[in-house]
Parts: sequence; structure tokens; C-alpha cells
Amino acid sequence: MPTPTNEHIVSSYEDELIQLAASIAEMGGAVETAISSSVDALLKVDHTAARELLAADAKIDDMQRAIDETVVSMIARRQPMASDLRMIIASIHVANDLERVGDMAKTICRRTLQLDGSRLSPKFYNGLRHMTDLTLRQLKEALDVYAARDPEGAIAVCEADAEIDALYVSLFRELLTYMMEDPRNITQCTNLLLAGKSLERAGDHATNIAEASYYLQTGKNLAVLLEQKHKS
Amino acid sequence: MEARATDQAIANADHEVIKIEARGVDVYYGEAHAIKGVDIDIAEKTVTSFIGPSGCGKSTFLRAINRMNDTIDSCRVTGTIKLDGEDIYDRRVDPVQLRARVGMVFQKPNPFPKSIFDNVSYGPKIHGMVRGKDEMDELVQDSLRRAGLWDEVKDRLAQPGTGLSGGQQQRLCIARAIATKPEVLLMDEPCSALDPIATAIIEELIDELRENFTICIVTHSMQQAARVSQKTAFFHLGKLIEEGATEEIFTNPRDKKTQDYITGRIG
Repeated sequence: MPTPTNEHIVSSYEDELIQLAASIAEMGGAVETAISSSVDALLKVDHTAARELLAADAKIDDMQRAIDETVVSMIARRQPMASDLRMIIASIHVANDLERVGDMAKTICRRTLQLDGSRLSPKFYNGLRHMTDLTLRQLKEALDVYAARDPEGAIAVCEADAEIDALYVSLFRELLTYMMEDPRNITQCTNLLLAGKSLERAGDHATNIAEASYYLQTGKNLAVLLEQKHKS
Repeated sequence: MEARATDQAIANADHEVIKIEARGVDVYYGEAHAIKGVDIDIAEKTVTSFIGPSGCGKSTFLRAINRMNDTIDSCRVTGTIKLDGEDIYDRRVDPVQLRARVGMVFQKPNPFPKSIFDNVSYGPKIHGMVRGKDEMDELVQDSLRRAGLWDEVKDRLAQPGTGLSGGQQQRLCIARAIATKPEVLLMDEPCSALDPIATAIIEELIDELRENFTICIVTHSMQQAARVSQKTAFFHLGKLIEEGATEEIFTNPRDKKTQDYITGRIG
């Protein structure tokens, strides 16, 4: 009998699982860049950059399609079980969430194109910048937790999402104040607020990725567990 | 979804009736210790799969449930296996009568070199279960129907059973096994010699038979275990490592050895 190892007897199966994890990591990197670049373009009101980023989203969509194809083929050929099955199912979820975060970046670029060429006042966007940092941190942590299969880290990511939500509420109030002060601020502040909403939703997708990581490692649904914990 | 929900309900049912209760079962072939201290409860009218690498003891344990091991001189069984609360290894138990209650289907279809009719009627005849030709005709027809073979053989009951295709022969063996109206059906890799269509027919049949029988199936196909059973037991090196709801075993097993085996990490 062969010595038990952590690797599959069929090495090509092992290679495919490694490749799948690498594809998710690559897609995660592309999405993080898309969010950070789209916010940069927004704050600089850089229409050229925004248009380029809008076009570049197709690459992220292609990555998701490729992951879907790999997964369908693996299910058909390997009939995955237990942790492999969970990893493959989690990959579909994570790729889907990452694609949605890519769409959030695209929405932020559309907001940029709604603004005319005039510069934004830094006092308008300090809150948004802070929110971007938090969202990117959440995304990075969620992807790290996914790669490391760290269930404790996944819980931390889910619980930290409340910070982004709270920040969005305060951003809303702040921008509303500027709009009430001077109606000429309305266009800029509305578009910044909508961009803030996109970041808040990107944060929700980071939570979903953390939940998928938790499921991958434990086979349990973290959202349900946290809900029960908060109730008690 | 409905079928899955039903399976889950069966697996989770607190009120499930235990048909077979094994405690501290050890099986030796001479000096070789093939089964080591197996404790397991097998629920009534449920399909339980025994999985594990070759030589892990799953077939040996299956054979212990109807004392098939008695036919091997060097084989010794200790511990208790109770069927409906009665120890099947008790001196007063007649193994022949036991095997009428606990039927068996083997890996390779093994019909008797007799007609299709005689294959099915043989068991009821030797156990004196029927009176008269009409009753026997009815029992043979009923058994062949339950085995999903009636329509294919009703016009050639007098022809030899060995003339049927592999899948039909295996269904004939199932008809033969259920003709004595057993309570438990043991199946030792019943589909390993069959093509995918014949396998699908047998699996469909197992699902139907579950209504009336307690079924234990040894299989090397994890997908088959996942498809047909509500409970799964994993054996490794003679020990029962883990048993539980099939869905749980194949998505989130508790033991690392189970995990390694079902994901193809140990052979």
C-alpha cells in the first residue's frame, strides 16, 4: 500500500487543483488593481484612464470564464469529493464574487465619466479615499485567508465588514452636508457617493470570499454561524 | 431536491430502527487479523455502503453478517452481531435459516446452470416457503418483477439463466436473493462486472428495494456509494474508521484517513 501523503495519487489532478488556486489568486490581484486604479481615475477625474479601465474589465470576465470552464471540466473528469469538492465549489463562488468586484470598479469608472473636467476638492474625497483603503484591505485579507485556508481569519474578515458599512453611512452624511451647503456640489458629491456605494458592495463581496474560505476549510456555512452567534 | 431531502431526513432520523448491531467484531483468517473491533449499527430499510481500499476488510465484514465466513475453515469470528436483537453467532441459530433472512448478491453474476424459473424458485423450494405450483409461479413472477427483469424474461422462463446478458444475470441473482423474502440484502460489488447502463438499472433497483429491505453494499466506486446509499462506512486496515450520513462522509468527513481515501490520496 502506498504511504499516505497529502498529494493525490493522480498527479495531474493535484496539478489542476494547484493551477485553479493560482488562477483565483491571479484574478484576485487583477481585481484589486482594478478597484485601486478606478478610484485613482475618479479622484483625478481622469477620463482617459477611466475609459481604459472600462475596456480592461473584459480581461477579468475572461478570467472568470476560464475558471468556470476548468471547474466544469474537473467535475466531469475527476468527480471531486470532500475537501477537493469543497475547493472546487468555493472556487466558483470566489471567481463569481471577484467578477462582481470587477464590475464595481467599472461602475466607479462610469461615475468618473459623469464628472466634467474640473478638479475635485480634496475635502470631498478624503472619506472616499479612506473607504477605498479599507475595502482594498478587506479584499486582500479575504484573498489571503482563501489561499491560506484560514477559518479564524475568515471570521475576522466577515466581522470587519461592519467598519466599511459604518464608513459608508458617515460618508453619506458628510457628502449630504456639502450638497446642502452649496447646490453646485451636487453633481460631484452624488457621483462620489455612488462610488462609495460601489466600494461598500465590493466589501460585501470580500465577505462572501471569506465565507467561501471558511466553507472550504470546515464544510460549514459561516454566515449562518455568525447569525446564530449574533442572535445569542 | 426532493429525493436528496428525503435521503437527508432518513440519515438524520432519530427514530431510525436498528436492524443489525455489531459490537467488538473481530475476524481472523488463521493468524491474520482481518477485522479489528468493529462497532456499527445498521439502520433498517436503509442502504449502507462499505467503502475502503482493497484488503481493508469491508467484504470480510459483509460476509460476517450472514456467516458466509463459516464456510472457510481457518476463519474465526468474535464479538457479537445481532439481527433484530438476536446474536446470529448463537449456537442455536441455523446458518441456513439465517441466510434466508440475510440474502447475498456477489460481484460476478452467478446464476445456477438451470432455467430462469428454477434459479428463482430454488430458494423458496428448499426452504419450503410455498405450497403448490400457482403459489410458486406467483412468487417467481413477483421476485422477477421486483428485480426489474420480468418484462425481459417472461416469455423465456424455461431458458437457461446463463444465457442472459451480464446485467440481466445480476438482476436474476437479485431476484433469486429476494425470492426467499430476506430482511437484509448484502451486495458485494454487485456492479463491478457490469457496463454503465446495467449499473444504472441495478442502482435504480437498489433504490426501489430499500422500501422493503435493509441493504448493505460493498463498492469500490465512491460515486456509486454516494449515489445509492444513505449511510456510508469507511474501513481501513481492518478497522472501521468512520461511519455516518453519506452526504456528510463525501462532503465533509471527520477523519483524515477518510478524507485522504475518498479524495484519492491513499490507495
